[in-house]
Amino acid sequence: MSKFDSKVPAGALADKWTQYKSEVPLVSPNNKRKLDVIIVGTGLAGASAAATLAELGYNVKAFCFQDSPRRAHSIAAQGGINAAKNYQNDGDSNYRLFYDTIKGGDYRSRESNVHRLAEVSASIIDQCVAQGVPFARDYGGLLTNRSFGGVLVSRTFYARGQTGQQLLIGAYSALSRQIASGRVKMYNRHEMLDVVKINGEAKGIITRNLINGKIERHGGHAVLLCTGGYGNVFFLSTNAMGSNVTAAWKAYKKGAYFANPCFTQIHPTCIPVSGHNQSKLTLMSESLRNDGRVWVPKRKEDCGKHPSEIAEEDRDYYLERIYPSFGNLVPRDVASRAALYVTNEGRGVGKTGVAVYLDFSRAIKEQGKNRIEEKYGNLFEMYQRITDENPYEVPMRIFPAVHYTMGGLWVDYELSTSVPGLYALGEANFSDHGANRLGASALMQGLADGYFVIPYTVGNYLSKKISDPKVDINHAAFDEAENAVRASLDKLININGSRTVDDFHKKLGKIMWEKVGMSRNGEGLRWAISEIQKLRKEFWEDVRVPGTKDSKNQELEKAGRVADFLELGELMARDALAREESAGGHFREEYRTEEGEAKRNDEDFTHVAAWEYTGDNQEPIRNVEELVFENVELKTRSYK
Amino acid sequence: MKLTLNIWRQASTNASGSMQAYKLDGVDEDMSFLEMMDMLNEQIIRDGGEPVEFDHDCREGICGMCSLYINGQPHGPSNLTTTCQLHMRSFQDGDTIDIEPWRASAFPVVKDLVVDRSAFDRIIQAGGYISVNTGNAVDANAVPVEKKTADEAFDAAACIGCGACVAACKNASAALFVSAKVSHLALLPQGDAERKSRVLKMLDQMDEEGFGSCTNTGACEAECPKGISITNIARMNREYMSASIFGEK
Amino acid sequence: MNWITNFLFSSVGKKLIMSLTGLFLCLFLVVHMAGNLVLLDPNGARAFNEYAYFMTTFPPIKVASIFTMLGIAFHIIDGIVLSLQNQKSRPTKYAASKAGKSSSWASRNMGLLGVIIFFFIIIHLKSFWFEMKFGSVPYVEYDGNKVKDLHTIVMAAFKSPLYVLFYLISLAAISFHLWHGFQSAFRSLGFVHNKYTPIIKILGYIIAIGVPFGFALQPIAAYLIANGII
Repeated sequence: MSKFDSKVPAGALADKWTQYKSEVPLVSPNNKRKLDVIIVGTGLAGASAAATLAELGYNVKAFCFQDSPRRAHSIAAQGGINAAKNYQNDGDSNYRLFYDTIKGGDYRSRESNVHRLAEVSASIIDQCVAQGVPFARDYGGLLTNRSFGGVLVSRTFYARGQTGQQLLIGAYSALSRQIASGRVKMYNRHEMLDVVKINGEAKGIITRNLINGKIERHGGHAVLLCTGGYGNVFFLSTNAMGSNVTAAWKAYKKGAYFANPCFTQIHPTCIPVSGHNQSKLTLMSESLRNDGRVWVPKRKEDCGKHPSEIAEEDRDYYLERIYPSFGNLVPRDVASRAALYVTNEGRGVGKTGVAVYLDFSRAIKEQGKNRIEEKYGNLFEMYQRITDENPYEVPMRIFPAVHYTMGGLWVDYELSTSVPGLYALGEANFSDHGANRLGASALMQGLADGYFVIPYTVGNYLSKKISDPKVDINHAAFDEAENAVRASLDKLININGSRTVDDFHKKLGKIMWEKVGMSRNGEGLRWAISEIQKLRKEFWEDVRVPGTKDSKNQELEKAGRVADFLELGELMARDALAREESAGGHFREEYRTEEGEAKRNDEDFTHVAAWEYTGDNQEPIRNVEELVFENVELKTRSYK
Repeated sequence: MKLTLNIWRQASTNASGSMQAYKLDGVDEDMSFLEMMDMLNEQIIRDGGEPVEFDHDCREGICGMCSLYINGQPHGPSNLTTTCQLHMRSFQDGDTIDIEPWRASAFPVVKDLVVDRSAFDRIIQAGGYISVNTGNAVDANAVPVEKKTADEAFDAAACIGCGACVAACKNASAALFVSAKVSHLALLPQGDAERKSRVLKMLDQMDEEGFGSCTNTGACEAECPKGISITNIARMNREYMSASIFGEK
Repeated sequence: MNWITNFLFSSVGKKLIMSLTGLFLCLFLVVHMAGNLVLLDPNGARAFNEYAYFMTTFPPIKVASIFTMLGIAFHIIDGIVLSLQNQKSRPTKYAASKAGKSSSWASRNMGLLGVIIFFFIIIHLKSFWFEMKFGSVPYVEYDGNKVKDLHTIVMAAFKSPLYVLFYLISLAAISFHLWHGFQSAFRSLGFVHNKYTPIIKILGYIIAIGVPFGFALQPIAAYLIANGII
């Protein structure tokens, strides 16, 4: 394990971060001015980091592929953001938030990181309110909270169903202020295509200007990747169309370890696929399961019928049947898998047969239509807009969809990857959510990393760089990286094959969804690995990328991203295959209890798998960081 | 269904463009408008052409990136709906659909249907923020905000910055966008300290970007996918006049 | 003084000038229309001529008329500047536009309506105001006072149905202009209020219909009388 130093400070869990902050070396203001920091991605993590580091006095260069930093996919988060404020006086505390997060993550995250997350959570809310984020308030004018994701306290702050948007606009406005002050140079419509390493340390990036195709070099004393998750490897997911793994993947290929790639979160209440032209899936808040009852017909023959023609006794309320104590409120992964199993049995509903009903008729009968409208009106409206069906009259059709990826670049306590000077923040890293993320925790983590963690930890690294000159972008390492990027773009354009990029992406998505999705087994994973290898080969022989590389070219952008997904997919399957247990979002059919539920193997797998790249088409090395739990006891989840 | 699509094609900002017709067959009414565009592009690529460039990202109506002027209306015929949430069931078999980019001198065409909306970013950079460095904040509950005010601020803050207001306005005015941000921050006590300087700076930037002036036609409000009210524009005018006339500077 | 020019030349400042001059001209229209109603007086010619004499000689009215002229001038110049700028803000027009779905015709055509009204004002002033001031209007004598007989001029002018039609069309343009302009001016001035905006809107509609209607009565009545129909 000598390869790993997670740099967790010594001391009691609750004191580690305070201790770290008081001991970390500082950079003087006049030195900060001389240091350049590159930040890729402007979602919650990236925008908050860029704004904060610029406020501190660093020179920041920020990059996003969208037309404006305000469009990053953090914007789509609906539910809310957790914080251990204990405004409701219901017994919340940093420890409880920490504990819930560790437990929710099925004991596959690092205690010290998670505790720090809980510690800074309260400051995030203060900061956001000061920026003008309009969180929900009660009639006394004070902030209100709701309970989210089955926890026992109300600690979720929210802004209607648009919490992510409001938080992102807050971070974006702070970033905008720094752009105006000249401390941040913003590069919109730029995509990072490689990391540049000099003497083993990250010293810059290569980008492509998406408007004119210019390949550019940018040097910096540190590089922060805040580039989100990789759910789009499944083609269909709730991610934005542009969400991609490219930045993280290039980092991986330059020596950063990729941790726990198989940990993906599937969200049970999404609007199902309606046809083969579907491009993305839309999530509806989980709160629907508080009043909706999930069912499918008992008999396959009934599946084609209109739901109103299926008698009560012919319906199988399978969650209530299998999990009598939790019923429709079982956790995300359990609900998702159960839906998969009933549709695999051929009992799925809808045109495609890949959906289950979420029925509100009893709730409407008992509580009245008005009450249901009050609670879920906007969701019902959204459902109707997309499906053209009225959920007050016909049961909703839902199906699970890929939603979040807990895995990501391996980082130490300081959020540094295994490449010195290269950091990963937010969903792009693996650190806080273990094998499963709790609702309303993604926003918290992104902002914690950007506002409150990285400003201290990157300072530790930069304090050793104060006498370094500006990075020389004419260094041979930049030449090499730029040439590689150009060669790869040329290659994509020149294949001139017969199949479109989407065609490959859809095929990859199908393999991933069927074999590396909600329910996995050794045989399927091995098959997936060989299929992905074949598909990747075909891609590089037969893909057609029209247009040129010197102009705006969306197909070329997509092609580069899909090329990386085709490699990542294989790594995910390898990781899933190697992890011989079921934990959180990773379910292996071979490892379950007698009752068919997920079975962790704490003895052999209480660790992070951090994959090390060894070369194209070569087997990567699986390194292991043991997870030590000194403050919580490992327990098994049960919902029966 | 079978459609004829008249689409604006323009190779780059300085190139001249024109409407071009495409035939597309096999469109399903459950498809979203952008999925129909995807389908068209797949067809164009297979036929050896260059696909139509258009902006889009989240496809769930919140990122504000999609921006098509469809059949004479920004984001097409449905109310309170972004292009990505528009579905093909809003059209009929055999329809001809005109698809154009947002048109404004402040939003130059980048390519085909893609426009450059960085003018909006520059307006926000001019003052669309509350100056509070990270770590400076007081406790979130230290300043109560009346619920009604908080709700009103939220209504204004719901703007997604898509630019449909500019596209809809006969003057290509950005008044609705700017006023939404001015209102959002002017209504909250946290934004009070910079209230006067903010509105002055943001409006000056708005004028500099070359947007037109507001004639109160109300088209922006009617076409806004998030239903931002033009009451915000009146509030902005008030704020601007008061800051100009009564401000010390 | 830099702030004044900055303010007045900003988009909001220009709209401020537009709305203040516009509202002032609304006031003028109401007064003018009310005064003109004497044409409907059964004692027609004399009442009207005495009214015209009063309007052209009473000093406060003379001052007000200068302000009115200035108001019209500023409204027009500002309108031209705004229209040109707004044109420039969208150099390439849409191939297809359904603007009618989201805004009223009047609100989109304030400039066009303004041009019609401008030509109307020119002809109107030429026919009556200019004649009154500089033309050779015959005199009549009432109780020893010699006043210009504008009444005869008016009657002669409105004898022509085409001339009446021109007036009615112009008044329709004014009606549309006011329909949007009155309430829009309050918006430009930043005055929107949950309680009062609906009242302003109704008041605006009353003025937009009432004022042109009141004006229209006069050419119609003059036409009917001059042609001996009544």
